[in-house]
Parts: sequence; structure tokens; C-alpha cells
Amino acid sequence: MDATGIGLWGVPLAMLGGAIRVSTPFIFVSLGEAITERSGRINLGLEGTLVFGAMTAYAVAVMTGSPWLGLLAAAAAGLCFGLFHGWICKFRGVNDIAIGIALMLFGSGLAFFFGKPFIQPSAPDLPAIPFGGWSDIPQVQAALNVNVLFLIGAALAVFLWWAFRNTRAGLILRVVGDSSDAARAMGLNPNTVRLIATGIGGALAGIGGAYLSLYYPGSWTEGISSGQGLMAVALVIFARWNPLGCFAAALLFGGAGALGPALQSVGVTQGYYLFYAAPYILTLVIMIATSSPSRSLAGAPGELSITK
Amino acid sequence: MTERFMLSRRELLKTSAAGAALGLASASFPISRAFAAAVTVGFIYVGPKDDYGYNQAHAEGAATLKAIEGISVVEEENVPETVDVQKSMESMINLDGASLIFPTSFGYFDPHMLAMCEKFPDMQFRHCGGMWNKDKHAMNAGSYFGYIGMGQYLSGVAAGHATKTKKIGFVAAKPIPQVLLNINSFLLGARSVDPAITCQVIFTGEWSLAVKEAEATNALVDQGADVITCHVDSPKVVVETAAGRGAFLCGYHANQSPLAPEKYLTGAEWNWAKVYKMFVDDLVAGKPLPNFTRGGLADGFVKMSPLGPAVSEAARAQFDGTLAEMMKGGFSVIKGPLKNNKGDVVATEGQTFVEAAIELESMDYLVEGVVGSTA
Repeated sequence: MDATGIGLWGVPLAMLGGAIRVSTPFIFVSLGEAITERSGRINLGLEGTLVFGAMTAYAVAVMTGSPWLGLLAAAAAGLCFGLFHGWICKFRGVNDIAIGIALMLFGSGLAFFFGKPFIQPSAPDLPAIPFGGWSDIPQVQAALNVNVLFLIGAALAVFLWWAFRNTRAGLILRVVGDSSDAARAMGLNPNTVRLIATGIGGALAGIGGAYLSLYYPGSWTEGISSGQGLMAVALVIFARWNPLGCFAAALLFGGAGALGPALQSVGVTQGYYLFYAAPYILTLVIMIATSSPSRSLAGAPGELSITK
Repeated sequence: MTERFMLSRRELLKTSAAGAALGLASASFPISRAFAAAVTVGFIYVGPKDDYGYNQAHAEGAATLKAIEGISVVEEENVPETVDVQKSMESMINLDGASLIFPTSFGYFDPHMLAMCEKFPDMQFRHCGGMWNKDKHAMNAGSYFGYIGMGQYLSGVAAGHATKTKKIGFVAAKPIPQVLLNINSFLLGARSVDPAITCQVIFTGEWSLAVKEAEATNALVDQGADVITCHVDSPKVVVETAAGRGAFLCGYHANQSPLAPEKYLTGAEWNWAKVYKMFVDDLVAGKPLPNFTRGGLADGFVKMSPLGPAVSEAARAQFDGTLAEMMKGGFSVIKGPLKNNKGDVVATEGQTFVEAAIELESMDYLVEGVVGSTA
């Protein structure tokens, strides 16, 4: 390879860079969904929330010139979507999965509707912290340009992992998720807890959307999410409702997603469709390897409609 | 616009309760309309019509028709390449009275547009792409396309002067003939400046995948490519990502220079206004519409973005010289001796393929110097 390219080293570097760049929306959506599912509900609408958050963040950043206000607006919009889901689902006979699918379509549609005038303008980006300053290779510097949201996401994963076990709020959430009856006996109102949990989950998904439109890829288009919100929901089950697992799974997905383009860039050009399928094949393999016919999913909240 | 169609569809559902009679009635009804003074033209886009790319180029063409007296334009955006596009076409014919429809996306043609051609033999359909064949397809169908490979060759000339690493990059969607011709033309343009230049191509597999396009652009820059171009539906993400990494770029479909004014060299753009005006003029005049419409830079089907501030004097001179030669006609991008990147000869010494050569529309190879594979 010539002096300017970095040859085969580009593949691991691209996977590292890709893991950091691509994983952040997965981290936020899956952590949000982990909170919601731990409370005993599934919110499939996070794909719509993600897209709506991306649009809101971009629109507000364009109008005010501040990406941070955009981020805040996206979180607020996500909170509204989450609270709406949580509120509807408290009524008897309402299926949380069906409402989630409805909200997914509603969120995307609404985002396309309001987002029309914002496809053209450019918005300011969220800042990144250059951790690659120690290296004089520009590729390494680029890969280690880490957005603050990624760091917040990592910290949040650790915090949630600790909080689920060691705080009163974590205990309440788990009780409500495992048994409504037990929660009521303790004097807790499961609907209120789930409302709050779904609201927080929505807000986190909104932040994930803000990352998409304000940092990477960093523009608002209608196809910006291409299903990442749905995949993140699946990641939660893959990660067995463990926040640290969510973080690791998101990194894995991000890195595996970078594999296809990186291999083509070093000249491995045959069969790229297969490399693009890598994240999904990986998921299937791990799911099959860890499944068992004799026991239910470890760590699954007892009240969750898919495991009941 | 979208609301209007949603209403129309609902009405369609309501009336369809009337039964099979509707099919007959609606099929015969618009025929009389086609001969009325007012002409309605339908446009169907696969994405949003302000995407800085493919759809925007078509919508800009459609917008010029709206200014013409007696022409009304109906448009629908975000129509997937599925049976949905058939419903859109039916709705445009039955409810909006469209007599000429332009389904603009590649995947609309087979089987969707072909099915509609059979169902509405008196309506006219023209598809953007190269797939119409008089032996196989109906005469009320047709295809139109521009020789935009020439534009990519000119972009390549600008890129060849701008690159310092002698490595340029191409983010491509799918390995179909039009895309392969663009990749080959881009490299051959750059090689007309310096034969040592190579072009790395990355296929994303889909027309619009924002995150993958950004990853592909990053991977190209990581491997030392310092001029990037693309063939995806919306080049916005590629342009912004490449400029963010400090690479130069050449645009595609529409003018993306507002997104990166300092780094934008030039770009190959469509000029569909000219093509659509031609079709509509024929329709109004009652002349039969052409089935096979092609044109290049000289015909005004394709145009170049104004050269950016980073283009050097030498590059400007060669760019203008090559453009002038193309305008004269008979310029060949693909000419022998030329090998593909597997080492097979694709053009022998003295063999030339002018832009109109039909062989180019079934291109299935990448030329020597392109690092990439078609499968």
C-alpha cells in the first residue's frame, strides 16, 4: 500500500471507528427500551420516535443555531411519544405491541410531514472530542473522534446496570416488571411506574435520533434511520435486558456494520452483500447458541407480553 | 399534494364497491380526456423531491412544466418500487385524468409500469432508464435517459487534477450498467490527467442508506482517496461526510455545491426540464411520443455544475477543452485499447464506443484501474 493509505489495518480501524460512530443510536434506543421492558411493557414505536427525534433535533438546530437545543427538543418530543404510549396502554384490553406499531408509523409519518422544509438546510453538528491527538495518523485521529453522546451513552449503561440492582427506583421498576400483583401488594401503582418508564425510554430514543441527524451521518433525510430503531429493540432481547449487554451489543452491531464498506475499501470486493448481512447472521448465531428448549429466556421480566 | 392523493384513493375505494363496471368505465373515460386541451402529466418519485439528488433533479424538471399554460402536473413522492406504484399510476389516470406518466425510478419499470401499459393502452408511459426494447415492450411505453457518463468523465478530469494521493473514491449503490459506466467514466477522466490514478469503488447495495453511505465514504478516505464522488439517490450524506474529512468531491444528479462550497469541484447534473418539455410539446401537438429518447451534454439532457474555487487553472483549461470536444459530438469515453479490471480486453485497438453506443447500456465490467467488483 502507498504511504497515504493504511492498507489492511484499515479494517480493524474502520470496525473500531464504525463501532463508535454507528453504535450511539443503538445504545440510546436499546437502553431506553431496556428501561421500558424492565417495567413489563414493550414499546415497538421507538423506530418512529427515533425518526421524529432526528427531525425535531435537526429542525430546532437549524432554527436556533444550537445543536444542544435541538438535542433537548428531541428528548422532549421522545418523552411525549413515550408518555402517550404509556398512557394508552394503561387501559384494559390495549395491546402494547399493536400501539407500538401504530406509533412507529405515526412518528415516521409525522416526521416526514414536518421535516419537508428541513431536508435542504444544513444544521450545526454536535461537538466531538478528539481522543486521537496522540497519533499522527489522520485515519486514527478520525476514528477516535468520539462524540460526547457516545460517552454519555456508555456512562448511562453503567449507571443503569448499577441502578437496576442497587437503587430503590431500580427495585420498584423490576418488581412492577416481574409481577403486577406483587407490586400492588407493596402499594405501588404499576401503571404509573410503566408510564414513567416508557416516557424515559422515549426520551432516550429521541436523543438517539438527535445523534443521527446532528452528528452521524449528520443530516436529515427521510431514510436516515433505515430500521435502526427496530433493530435496537431486538438488541434488548439479545442483551437479555442487561444495560451493559445493550451497550456491548450496540458496539458489536456498529462494528459489524462497518465491516462491509471497510473490506471493499481494502480490495476484498467479492460477496459484499454477504458482509452486509454480517450483523444479522451474528445475531442469529448468538441467539441460537444461547437458546434452550428447557428454560425460558434468562432475565426476562415476568410481565412482558412476549414472554408470558 | 400527498393529501390530495390520499383523498383520491379513499374515493377510489368507495367507488370500487360499485363493482366491475368501474373498470370499464374508468378505462374508457380518460381517453376522451387525453384529447382535451388541458393535459395532465403525472410524476412519481421514489424518495422526497427535495433530496439534493435524483428525485430533486426530476422534480425540478416537472416544476418547469407547471409554468406552461394548459399543463397541469400531479406528483407523488416516496412511492416504493412495489405494487404501490401501480396504484399510484391507476389513481393518476382514473382520478386526476393524467394522460402521460413518468414513473422516474429504475425499479418501477418491470413489472409495474409494463402492467399499467397493458391495462391502459391509450395512456402514455415513459420510464427513466434504459430498459425499453421495441421487440419486448408495448408501444405506449418508452424510456428516456441521458448520457451522464460524459459528465462523470469531466468530473474525473477535475478530480485527476485535484488528487494528490492519486487515489479517488466512488460510493455506488448497485452494480447496474448506468452505475458501472459512471464509475468507469470517472476513472478514465482522471486517467486522462494522470494514467497512474486508481479509483476505489464501494457498493452499498441500496439506493438510499444514509449510515452505510457515510461509512463507505469514511472507509474510502481512510484508504487514502482524496476526491470522492457517488451514484446514490441522495448524495447529501456522501458530500457532507467527505467534506468533513477534508476530501474534495464531485457531485451527482443535482448541484450539491451549497453543502460544501470550498471542497466541491464540479458535478454531473441532469437537465430533465428539457426532456419533459419535449415530450409535453409532442403530446399537445398530437404527435406520437418517441419511445427511445437519449441525449447528452450537447443535447442539453446533462449539464455540469459550475467549477468550484478549488479547481486549478490547468484543470479548468483541460475541463473546458474536453467539454468543447464533447459538444462537437463523436467523443468516446470507452475506447480501445482497454481492459477490464480482471485483465480481459473490452475494447481492442482502434475500437471506440461513442456515447450513443447501445453496447454501453449493457455494461457489466469495471475498467482497469478501478478497484472493486461487480458482484
